[in-house]
Amino acid sequence: MTTDINHHILSVLVQNRPGVLARVAGLFARRDYNIFSLAVAPAEEPGFSRITIVVDVDSSPLEQITKQLFKLIEVVKISELDPRRSVERELLLATIRVSPENRSQIVELATIFEGKILAVGVEAITISLDGHPDKLDDFEELLAGYGIVELQRTGRVALPKLDREARLRAANSNTKKSDYGKAG
Amino acid sequence: MKITGAQALIKALEMEGVEVMFGLPGGCILPAYDPLLDSSIRHILVRHEQGAGHMAEGYAHVTGRPGVAMVTSGPAATNMVTPLCDAYMDSIPMVCITGQVSTTAIGTDAFQECDTVGITRSVTKHNELVMSAQNLPMAVRQAFRVATTGRPGPTLIDVPKDVLQNSMEWYWPTDAEVIDSLPGYRPNTKGHPRMIKEAAKLILAAERPILYVGGGILKARAAGALRELAEMTDIHVVTTLMARGAFPDDHPLCLGMPGMHGNATAITALQRSDLLITLGARFDDRITGKVSTFAPDAKVIHVDIDPAEQGKVRKPDVPIVGDCRLVIEELIKAIRDLLEGGATQSDIGAWKSRISGWREQFPLSYEASEPGEALKPQFCLEQLRDSAPEGTILVSGVGQHQMWSSQYWRFNEPYTWVNSGGLGTMGFSIPAAIGAKVGRPDRTVWAIDGDGCFQMTAQELVTASVERIPIKVGILNNSYLGMVRQWQEMFYDERYSEVYLSPELPDFVKWAEAMGCVGIRVDSPEEVQPAIDKANSIDDRPVVVDFRVDAREKVFPMVPAGMGNDDLILPDSQMVRKSALK
Repeated sequence: MTTDINHHILSVLVQNRPGVLARVAGLFARRDYNIFSLAVAPAEEPGFSRITIVVDVDSSPLEQITKQLFKLIEVVKISELDPRRSVERELLLATIRVSPENRSQIVELATIFEGKILAVGVEAITISLDGHPDKLDDFEELLAGYGIVELQRTGRVALPKLDREARLRAANSNTKKSDYGKAG
Repeated sequence: MKITGAQALIKALEMEGVEVMFGLPGGCILPAYDPLLDSSIRHILVRHEQGAGHMAEGYAHVTGRPGVAMVTSGPAATNMVTPLCDAYMDSIPMVCITGQVSTTAIGTDAFQECDTVGITRSVTKHNELVMSAQNLPMAVRQAFRVATTGRPGPTLIDVPKDVLQNSMEWYWPTDAEVIDSLPGYRPNTKGHPRMIKEAAKLILAAERPILYVGGGILKARAAGALRELAEMTDIHVVTTLMARGAFPDDHPLCLGMPGMHGNATAITALQRSDLLITLGARFDDRITGKVSTFAPDAKVIHVDIDPAEQGKVRKPDVPIVGDCRLVIEELIKAIRDLLEGGATQSDIGAWKSRISGWREQFPLSYEASEPGEALKPQFCLEQLRDSAPEGTILVSGVGQHQMWSSQYWRFNEPYTWVNSGGLGTMGFSIPAAIGAKVGRPDRTVWAIDGDGCFQMTAQELVTASVERIPIKVGILNNSYLGMVRQWQEMFYDERYSEVYLSPELPDFVKWAEAMGCVGIRVDSPEEVQPAIDKANSIDDRPVVVDFRVDAREKVFPMVPAGMGNDDLILPDSQMVRKSALK
């Protein structure tokens, strides 16, 4: 899941109503836009959810994607997150085939990456790791040599990074987001 | 006050000012049809749900008010998909109410259950399944607000049967409550002042400007403002298929329709322009031809209420998101300010004389038939046009007859032209004409149809007869799917595949009579005028005139699909001087 130059992160605040995810997904399918990853969960405000979409803008310009997304009635706000100015996190779960000889190597690897061993079996071990998606990419690549039985990643979630001033000021300061005009 | 969901639904529609709705009852929507008996709302019972949808569209086209259709669940809802998509493509305000199986049965594959909101999601501006009677008034208010504001479009409310039967405490949400309930919906109507000023400067500086206007002018009720702008700047106007009538055809600045079957002058004026002042148009592929070769030297001002239209096809130099009428009014002020401040408009005299040269050399033309030869469809349209009472509304289906209608009619008033532009829905004209006549009973309404289109929705003429909606239908009958035939002749080596309909069947006159209409058949040019006079004199029932026209006739000019506008094909008589279109 290497971050591509054509990948952009959209943080989309939506009204949490039935069918809203279907609307977003349907729009991407209908207009031939590519979703690279998608994560959805309730947002801080009751009645709203935040969808983090990593889009592949090879197929269509990002501007068209955001404008079309904005036309959905339930979409309240879209922020495009610049990877350099946002914090990104992702969670990985992996079950790896192990033998008595290499078990300790895998445990060591997980420790180096600050992962957690969730379950240990005779022939397999399950590890969780959270962090920046790039770190997960590296970890996944190293695990591949041992034989991955199953692996699941959540897709990334992201928020804008607090800039230095905002960080050092008192709470409740607003972060800057690149907002788009509201659709008709 | 406790009332049922059904009563609340009908009451909410009344509160929204609905005077008429088009529909057909069935199992799940049954409860809503009971309070309708006691309502002030006129209900027009259609013969097929698709008809109800197109009628609602026709009504909305000519009145500017949202058309309302109400049908039951399952097959009725799926029959509504075509009109919804049609209305979505052409930005027609429409509210559709569908019945749904009871909330307890949803998801069980119950009788006449279908996923209506899922199926219609991509063909509506918004849709909603209402799961509680208490929510009905708000759902209705939201549906009307979304359908009629911003870029208009169709909305749908799906109402389960038990929601209609349950009782609720009546309330009527305030405007503020409705707006608050839609935090993600804030249409922008006022253009950005800096952009408007920028546009005004470009307009004054341009040497070859053209006003390229689309259906957005009509949606924004901006015809008056457009005329003021055109006359003030003396700039010619091209009106797209969706904008016919937005600027009067008899105005010296009107160049008519551009695009695949536009006239040579309108097409070329766009092509050679150095500034496209684009108002409520969307650079449709039928206008641009091959996009990379479209108006290569032109800067673009693009005014549209939908931000997503900006840069979708052609990147604008000056994008202005807003309502066409408000933006044009501001634009006029900005130009006036610049002129008063000492700025001057570039001399566009040379450009205007080039345009008049094209107009002289490349008028629309067809070869009139010699005595004894087959009837020409264009001749029928010219006669219909010249005999049409003042303010006649013309409604067309889709195909050759649609293009000839747009080409040969003279639209001098907005809202007198109704057609299916974006989706190209065959069978649109008869139900749409019925809706138009219901909306404007004071006007003569002519539906121009093809014999292929007619056979898709003709049964709605029964609705027209029974409901005493006296529309007039002219079938340009060439026994072919004419436009497809034209493409097969021109691009498939005259290999005609599945385009021949029968010249004998059906008997359109008998069919018309069986549906309670007057039927008239016309075979020769001499019969045309008497038939039209007779049709125009009948006002107590629908009339169908079956014009038997020459099947070999093709629509010209034509820009072949995928080609650039410079590759247009002219009528044979003009092809020799095509090089003059420089």
